[in-house]
Amino acid sequence: MKTRVISAIAFFLLLLVAWEVVVQTGILKVNRIMTPTPSDVVIYLYGAIVDGTLPSAALVTMKRLLFGYLCGIAIGLPLGLITARFKACQDTIGLLALGLQTLPSVCWVPLALLWFGQTESAMFFVVVMGTLWSVVIATETGVRTIPPIYARAARTMGSRGFHTWINVMLPASLPFIVSGMKQGWAFAWRSLMAAEIYVTILTGFGLGHILHYGRELQQMNQVVGVMFVIVVIGLLADKVLFSPWERFLHRRWGTQGK
Amino acid sequence: MTLQTELENVSPSKLSVRNVSKIFHSKRQIVRALDGVSLEINEGEFVCLVGPSGCGKSTLLNIIAGLDLADEGAVLADGQPVTGPGRDRMVMFQEHALFPWLDVLDNVMFGLRLKPGLNNRERREVAKYYLRLVDLDKFLHANIHELSGGMKQRVALARALAPNPKVLLMDEPFAALDALTREQLYGDIQRIWEQRKKTIVFVTHNVREAVCLGDRVILFSPHPGRIRKEYQIALPRPRDISSVALAEKSSEILVALKSYLDAGGENARVPGATFATHGGAE
Repeated sequence: MKTRVISAIAFFLLLLVAWEVVVQTGILKVNRIMTPTPSDVVIYLYGAIVDGTLPSAALVTMKRLLFGYLCGIAIGLPLGLITARFKACQDTIGLLALGLQTLPSVCWVPLALLWFGQTESAMFFVVVMGTLWSVVIATETGVRTIPPIYARAARTMGSRGFHTWINVMLPASLPFIVSGMKQGWAFAWRSLMAAEIYVTILTGFGLGHILHYGRELQQMNQVVGVMFVIVVIGLLADKVLFSPWERFLHRRWGTQGK
Repeated sequence: MTLQTELENVSPSKLSVRNVSKIFHSKRQIVRALDGVSLEINEGEFVCLVGPSGCGKSTLLNIIAGLDLADEGAVLADGQPVTGPGRDRMVMFQEHALFPWLDVLDNVMFGLRLKPGLNNRERREVAKYYLRLVDLDKFLHANIHELSGGMKQRVALARALAPNPKVLLMDEPFAALDALTREQLYGDIQRIWEQRKKTIVFVTHNVREAVCLGDRVILFSPHPGRIRKEYQIALPRPRDISSVALAEKSSEILVALKSYLDAGGENARVPGATFATHGGAE
């Protein structure tokens, strides 16, 4: 464990030092204006954190993402369960979900902007669309692959209808649902960033917006700094949102953990 | 309901199978899984249903459980027709059917949580009592995948016993276990049966297992599924699977069973009917 931490730190330190040296000395003939050094980025990050632009932008983006994501799950889970339960829904909602899931969720952005204007609603719509279909499909697949014996055993113990769905079908398909939620998260995150870069949302400046204006102003330290923040948020989401679930799944199901 | 009365033995059910038929339609053929089967099972009796695959013994068990419905005839439990699954008739399957997302204790709690009249503390005490009964009280919070095959079946047994049913229905529960583990469980199940006073219907294709456990062994033959013969097993308990008396009785039954299989006619085609007198019947 200790050696793993040390080797990780050493790797990233080396990477940063190499980057700094290459840009500063100009040995690879990199354009000093177009390529910031790590220290430039740190200076930007420090300034932007202190004056509050970065935290407030991150907050705006996170709010959009989390709210849309949670709503996407709240709609997707029951829709997936219904799709798995009823034959008629499988041929209708199931097919629709499969089709729309193949559509990159960025493709919803133009439509959302026309429908809702440059507002939060447009962002919400895009995030929900990114999340929803993955969750529907994962839930449906999860429920379909449950060994029928679980439902039979539950019936003998007096579990019926709604109780069975909540206490047996839902937890039994959890491995699928969690991976579907992860995929939904990835889609939502990417499409939200694309939307924020693509167009200025008047109701709040998110990370994508700052990234975009970094380019407009040729502030490359800002561009790279925001990219760094986006990566950190992605990592945090993985660790905070999904790791506990995955650990639970590995422990209970006995699948190979990290 | 108090904890004390909850743990008291309930009076076991009398089961009455009346002229039950069940037909399965597949694309290619129509299978008469059960053809006019009648059977009386007394209160607290341990009855084993024996026969080759396709003889309808598991189908009958599912109908008694209420998981399947008979096409003709009826099953009565204490005079009441069975129309669906009920807490008075609990089932133990060949696959343990334990829920991997719950630990051992919560698996046993699952049925108890659906039983009214108990609070959660009492339910936990009841679950612990039954886990003690199957010698697993040290594994309350173990994950299912960490248990051996025999331990899983013992958890499944505790789970089936926990709601205090009047009937225990067991569908080849030990078929997937190794011989040593199985022998241990024969001892356990006999001890628990005497302690908890249940009516037990036990399906197996292992004749020796049936003779070891049952008060009565019912012999089925397939195509269509019918009861051919029944044997009272008067051997003293607890029975040892490797005793000579038990071996004699089971070879007698085995001879009869083979004669039905060799008889030809409507019994001519019996897929997968391999029989051993003991152990590796699979």
